[in-house]
Amino acid sequence: MAVPIMKQGDVLIASLQEALTDRALIQLRDELSERVGRFRCRAVIIDVTALDVVDSFASRTIRGIAYTAKLRGARTVVVGIQPDVAFAMVELGLTLDGVDTALDLEEGLALAGVVIRGGRSDAR
Amino acid sequence: MPGETHVPIDQETDIVTARQKGRELAALSGLSKTEQTLIATAISEVARNIVVYAQRGEVILAPIEQEGRRGVLVVARDEGPGIPNPDLAMRDGYSTSRSLGMGLPGAKRLMDEFELSSVLGKGTTIVMKKWVR
Repeated sequence: MAVPIMKQGDVLIASLQEALTDRALIQLRDELSERVGRFRCRAVIIDVTALDVVDSFASRTIRGIAYTAKLRGARTVVVGIQPDVAFAMVELGLTLDGVDTALDLEEGLALAGVVIRGGRSDAR
Repeated sequence: MPGETHVPIDQETDIVTARQKGRELAALSGLSKTEQTLIATAISEVARNIVVYAQRGEVILAPIEQEGRRGVLVVARDEGPGIPNPDLAMRDGYSTSRSLGMGLPGAKRLMDEFELSSVLGKGTTIVMKKWVR
């Protein structure tokens, strides 16, 4: 099942669903990288609120998405890591180094420094 | 063993099935929500190991009891190539597949007991347990 990607102003928002497969994550990485260019987006928000497990593969792929987006000129914020998931990630030794995180979507949008209404005037 | 669940692993979607069933069993066995998450994450790591290195195998889940303590047993078993150097495989950051190398040592940290046995050319078995606190 593909991950739905929404566009709000010049922010792309991808909400990961529960029971996410590896393939869907890799597809998301490629899709986001392409859309950052197509829609001239400056920020990508990855909402993981629904994820009940973030293992080393998911963590590595999310980090890959963030690094890819950065090279394309967009900032990535991972939002909604659940308390239990955060604890499990720490035990696993997964730190999402160099990736911004925020409590939830609202905080993530604030961190991305983006006013939802409007976005950039030259956005297309 | 009573209440044993076998989850065949031969594609990545089976990883999700295995960890969901593991979480269900952990909940039934009285483990806290946090512990359920730790078990589900550990299962995800060992099941992925099967898909990546052995292509197919199985995850066996069972409720266990010892001296009045309840817990969950997870066995991940495959007949793949085996792990050439189990000590290295248990070291943080070591990987032969361009992964983070956190899978097995990480799974060990998530569980209370963890035992890896591997025979080259025969396969790998990982036995993990988590007890109710």
